[in-house]
Amino acid sequence: MPDLLIELFSEEIPARLQAQAADSLKKLVTTGMVNAGLTYTNAAAFHTPRRLTLAVAGLSEASPTVQEERKGPKVGAPEQAIQGFLRGSGLKMEDLEIRDDKKGQAFFATIIRPSRLATEIIAEVLEATIRNFPWPKSMRWGNGSLRWVRPLQSILCLLSGEAETQIVPVEVDGILAGNTTRGHRFMAPDAFMVNGFDDYEAKLKRAKVILRADERSAVIWQEATNQAFALGQDVIEDVDLLAEVSGLVEWPVVLQGQIDNDFLDLPLEVLKTSMKEHQKFFSVSNTKTGRIERFVTVANIETSDQGATILKGNQKVLAARLADAKFFWENDLREAKAGMGKWQNSLENVTFHNKLGSQSDRIKRIAALARELAPFVNADADIAEKAALVAKLDLSSEMVYEFPELQGLMGRYYALEAGMGADIAQACEAHYSPLGPSDDVPEAPVSVAVALADKFDMLMGFWSINEKPTGSKDPFALRRAALGVIRLIMVNELRMPLSVIVKSTDVSSGVSDLIEFFQERLKGFLREEGIRHDVIDACIAMPSGDDLFLLANRARALQTMLTTDDGESLVQGFKRANNILRQAEEKDGVEYSYGADIKFAESDAEKTLFAALDTVDAQIKPSIESQDFLSAMTAIATLRGPIDLFFEAVKINADSAMIRRNRLNLLSRIRTTCLSVADLSKLEG
Amino acid sequence: MSNQGDFVNFFEMGRFSTGGLIDADMRKAYSGIMPPAEDYMRTPKSFQEIMLRLQNYWAEQGCAILQPYDMEVGAGTFHPATALRALGSKSWAVAYVQPSRRPTDGRYGENPNRLQHYYQYQVLIKPSPHNLQELYLGSLESIGIDMALHDIRFVEDDWESPTLGAWGLGWEVWCDGMEVSQFTYFQQVGGHDCLPVPGELTYGLERLAMYVLGVDHVMDMPFNDPSSLIPMTYRDIFKQTEEEYARWNFDVANTEVLLKQFEEAEVECKNILAQDYLDPKTGIDIIMAHPAYDQCIKASHIFNLLDARGVISVTERQAFIGRVRALATKCADAFVKTAAAGAI
Repeated sequence: MPDLLIELFSEEIPARLQAQAADSLKKLVTTGMVNAGLTYTNAAAFHTPRRLTLAVAGLSEASPTVQEERKGPKVGAPEQAIQGFLRGSGLKMEDLEIRDDKKGQAFFATIIRPSRLATEIIAEVLEATIRNFPWPKSMRWGNGSLRWVRPLQSILCLLSGEAETQIVPVEVDGILAGNTTRGHRFMAPDAFMVNGFDDYEAKLKRAKVILRADERSAVIWQEATNQAFALGQDVIEDVDLLAEVSGLVEWPVVLQGQIDNDFLDLPLEVLKTSMKEHQKFFSVSNTKTGRIERFVTVANIETSDQGATILKGNQKVLAARLADAKFFWENDLREAKAGMGKWQNSLENVTFHNKLGSQSDRIKRIAALARELAPFVNADADIAEKAALVAKLDLSSEMVYEFPELQGLMGRYYALEAGMGADIAQACEAHYSPLGPSDDVPEAPVSVAVALADKFDMLMGFWSINEKPTGSKDPFALRRAALGVIRLIMVNELRMPLSVIVKSTDVSSGVSDLIEFFQERLKGFLREEGIRHDVIDACIAMPSGDDLFLLANRARALQTMLTTDDGESLVQGFKRANNILRQAEEKDGVEYSYGADIKFAESDAEKTLFAALDTVDAQIKPSIESQDFLSAMTAIATLRGPIDLFFEAVKINADSAMIRRNRLNLLSRIRTTCLSVADLSKLEG
Repeated sequence: MSNQGDFVNFFEMGRFSTGGLIDADMRKAYSGIMPPAEDYMRTPKSFQEIMLRLQNYWAEQGCAILQPYDMEVGAGTFHPATALRALGSKSWAVAYVQPSRRPTDGRYGENPNRLQHYYQYQVLIKPSPHNLQELYLGSLESIGIDMALHDIRFVEDDWESPTLGAWGLGWEVWCDGMEVSQFTYFQQVGGHDCLPVPGELTYGLERLAMYVLGVDHVMDMPFNDPSSLIPMTYRDIFKQTEEEYARWNFDVANTEVLLKQFEEAEVECKNILAQDYLDPKTGIDIIMAHPAYDQCIKASHIFNLLDARGVISVTERQAFIGRVRALATKCADAFVKTAAAGAI
């Protein structure tokens, strides 16, 4: 079985696109070959800044001959139908066979799809792959019309069998596939021939190219941590940066340098962000103090001076960058000390959304909301309001202008510099959280108040101008905001009826709609815990369904109950009681809610049920009042035995009308008791 | 289109094989035209020597060496030799120094790396030759950057000019972690597809020169040879003007006058383009794409000045950029109908 090797050699591919592109290459080529009738045992794709490579092992030498029989129109059918059949099968009239069929004679075609050589199929599939490659952004170059992520320079396409290795004849826009590639741009630029994947990978390594990205990452990380360890330092882990850097080099050479003393007083995050964003440096911190003192940079070349020139250059660039950062930092501190008034004014000119006013307008709304929310989260209303007023001022600072990802964090430093309390400073940093599902959730009361206000304002604002998320479109990340509110409520166990909060601003329309939006998000949130959506529906219908914390607890209790035998059977018993009752009520035109009387009970089963209901009612009342849903549910589940027994032993439609009524009223008691914990009728199954 | 084939061949015969840049090849390449190899490989001594070497190098590669455009622009891309000539079917290969003005970057000559007036070196070759990267690397060697000692990298950078309605894909080129050039394959200008595709190289000359010369503050950089009879530094030439312009840009420029000038330029640009193609005096079609484009450049620079004066709010900013882009697009529409674009 032959092996296939493909390499698409181009000018430098953006690091962030390489892995996805290698995957696409593998998928498109293997799928194309399989669709054309080839089989293979194994395929793997690789990427470096200048090449996408695909190795396919155990490829069949040719596709099998396929014979297919097709039944055509009847003999004597209109000429048009016969011509159509001929066109579809690619045959001539004389190739058709006439055979007897159930309803007379019909034409039959035997279509033979002849075996095709793998080389032919590969050439076709590879050309189609290159022409239709799913680059997120592609370009033309020179005189050509071919699109690739950057100019495609050469194609290597080899099929190596036991006897011989042959070049697959592919040509795309004048680029003819061959059996050569090139090594490292500077250290081994000459072309060389290869005869298969192993040979290819080995020769590349000799030509200073590590083909595998994970191997490059491993080299970088090991070398970086070794060097740091020797100096009593730690490299700060950054998986994304490592992946990016390994996509920027074919031959990683790790160099480590020192940050000038002048800059060591900058906030740690500023050092880290500046080095990462601008220079793709890893930060290296002093193991003892945690202070960032050094950096790791990854070069793409070995030099006769062991990288001394490169390191010197990098250090110089870093110094210039950090000098800028320091300049911003010092200017910002001065402004912060002066009270941040200038920043406050400038936010009046920053549009948040053309229908929702400026950032400054938004800040005022958030402050008012934070004040209202304060009592719910145990925060001081004045402090919460003040925190909300300063939390976003850093958006006007020079540092955040330079590094938007430092928003909030710089706010913390500047609030402290402005002489504000630690709780306000903390709120500046924390109020954007939580953003992602794994983000930490703020817990300090002032932070919680501002974080909630920030998100409620987003939701209420966009709701009021009817910019709600639809389908996959959520341009303002409102789902994320709602999920943020939910997580803030859950983690902090906040008791906050949404109808009070959402009503408290002048949203003219869609208030209940917004509460439903939260409830829907809650379903998504609780699904992670394994709670069924119908369980949540059963709880939403209960009083305080707009209190998400209560709602979640009720749902959790119900879910727990449903996982027990008793609970599951109880629901069945409830449904049975409810169905009989509903039918009877419909038929009789009355509601059986007069209360059943034990003196009409005939059997033991009936009496036991009366007693059990009395006991359970007495148990659940205080449980519900204290919102101990699990106890209430547990109590309800104990009804399972008596209810089952009752249905087994007792005929509801008794001959005596009075006894029948009494039994229906007893069913009604079951219903009332069960519905006092959750709307069990909403449960599926 | 007639010269296109020859043109491409010319570049393919370029001084460097795609196989890389080998010293011996290089010496051969420069024998006769350039100073002897030893001289050539030595580190330049001054800012102007770097400019001159780049001029010689690109002249050697077959580019027409143009002079700077005689108007205030924010970047070499605005020179009509790039902004307009990137369009159309005609082959084109030019290189030039372009003084560039960015009023908001003024720091009174105090900041070691920031200036409101600086120089860009610009190369535009259409269609982009297949070995443009190698040609570019050759230019770095020509100013004394030894490829065996430095770490040169092509780092993704998708270029976009909202004011020109232009975009392209390419890289910023890093030398030891410092961005020394922008390398772009233009895809669109003024809303028109570039067919064929030009390759554009832009060097920030001061930054590049400071690196090559080992200077930490731009003002300390020798402008001419330090051993000249009258050695001059960048400070001698530009410190005072940086101060003067920074003051004017930030605090003095009359914003009402500027706003009026912006509007006048806009009106004049549209007026020029609204004229009949047929010139009644000569009786021939004359589409005035270039004079109209001058007004677009003017509007763009006035916008930059207004921005530096801090009188443009964030929302207005977008509107101003949109207005300049509308002019650039109209100019591009006009240019593609001219002979220079291969339309006639």
